[in-house]
Amino acid sequence: MSAASSDLLTLVAGIFGVLVLASAIGYVLQQRLSPTGTNASIENLNARIKAWWIMVILIGIAFVAGRIGVLILFGFCSFAALREFVTLINTRRADHWALAAAFFVVVPLQYYLLWAEQYGIFSIFIPVYAFLLMPIISVLRGDTERFLIRIAEVQWALMICVFCASHVPALLTLNIPGYEGRNVLLIAFLVIVVQLSDVLQYVWGKLFGRTKIAPKLSPSKTVEGFVGGVISATLIGAALWWITPFTPVQAGLLAFVITLMGFFGGLVMSAIKRDRGIKDWGNLIEGHGGLIDRLDSVVFSAPIFFHIVRYWWSL
Amino acid sequence: MKVFIAKAAAATIVLFARAVTAVRAIWPEEGLPSSPCIYFANHSSHGDFVLVWAVLPPRLRHQARPVAGAEYWLKSRLNRFIGSDVFNAVLIARERDKRTEDPIEQMATAIDAGSSLILFPEGTRNQTDAPLLPFKSGIFHLVAARPDIDLVPVWINNLNRVMPKGEIVPIPLICTVTFGSALRFAPDEAKEAFLERMQTALLALSPKPAGSGE
Repeated sequence: MSAASSDLLTLVAGIFGVLVLASAIGYVLQQRLSPTGTNASIENLNARIKAWWIMVILIGIAFVAGRIGVLILFGFCSFAALREFVTLINTRRADHWALAAAFFVVVPLQYYLLWAEQYGIFSIFIPVYAFLLMPIISVLRGDTERFLIRIAEVQWALMICVFCASHVPALLTLNIPGYEGRNVLLIAFLVIVVQLSDVLQYVWGKLFGRTKIAPKLSPSKTVEGFVGGVISATLIGAALWWITPFTPVQAGLLAFVITLMGFFGGLVMSAIKRDRGIKDWGNLIEGHGGLIDRLDSVVFSAPIFFHIVRYWWSL
Repeated sequence: MKVFIAKAAAATIVLFARAVTAVRAIWPEEGLPSSPCIYFANHSSHGDFVLVWAVLPPRLRHQARPVAGAEYWLKSRLNRFIGSDVFNAVLIARERDKRTEDPIEQMATAIDAGSSLILFPEGTRNQTDAPLLPFKSGIFHLVAARPDIDLVPVWINNLNRVMPKGEIVPIPLICTVTFGSALRFAPDEAKEAFLERMQTALLALSPKPAGSGE
């Protein structure tokens, strides 16, 4: 067995252990405090844990299927996230073809470029080509009503849901000396640190949260949750150094950057939700809300993580 | 053989509709009536009855028949196959002078045979900026003839943005189908009052405009 797959197995065993523990805690809490399903927080906690099982299994299947599996998984995530986003923005009939192009041309092409390992065009396709061509498609219909808002929102949707999200599987294209064939573990590192940071901030906040950190944006986020979550997720990131090309200190620093970006990404996406008067982006994942609710912090940290690793570690 | 193809076609159409719209149903607290009833919905797209059909629980779905315009659904062999064989629609002639059967009679017969109806009382697809067109009187005459039937208002949201009239490529957007509590015809209720009450009940299910400024 290669080093990569034995590391992956260890990791999977660890994650399953954590989930089994979480499910057991959720079960005990339910028996003690909410035997008839009356405590909304505990019901939500258990729905979230159940959804985590499904998400972990899906990611696991994608990892086993290799590069194509990861690309297909994140391609579908981009598609579903874009659908949640576009549902909430100002579109008019004149944008019909631009939107069709976003879903059926931009999304597949962005992931095809990753498959073909065309890094140059991959990194500018949406910021340059989509940015210029999408408003051209919209303007041809001659509808100027709220034109700037419409084209700006569509571009923002593409940047967040497709461009930024595609930087997670883009980690597979990095060529890091001494780390050949193990890049999938970089994705695991990123996703584990970001998601654990979210979970730990939630847990620390529930246990010790007193001071609201951004009451206008996200009333459930607290200073205690933020500090506790970031510190513990940074330590976990450092402890995961063995699956990365980094030293423990470097892994901790990168985990720190990832968690900070994830936290502020969550705030930005909350602000958009407040602006649109909604609580969740959708209902795709039971207990969590929409896909973007789960993906927001990953989306903000992935490009930064990708470029730091690319700049200092990749050839 | 034809039945099998029709079943497969129905499954494919529903799967496609779900893949594009990720449609989600919102039920009334007490649930849907289990006996045959009339689902009446707003109408903005040819796909409307597909979405209602798709979200109904299988047992209720099998007894539900959409009521649709014969002119459109008999236009070609494919339309006829989808309308009659796949969705088992009650096809009514919209133009008075082309009628060989009384539409009210056709719908009442379907109800008597144990079917539920999916009805669009606006009569035609709403292409205006108004959320709802004034209801045609058909639903009143039907309910006057079968006063004991439950009337379930159904609001279909966003499908008009998925596929506006004249477009051929659907845009994937999240749609919701909201079912309201069942209503009954009040004895001796006047036509205008009844139609007004039904329209109000349906409009009450429509979400506040959040995303689209259309």
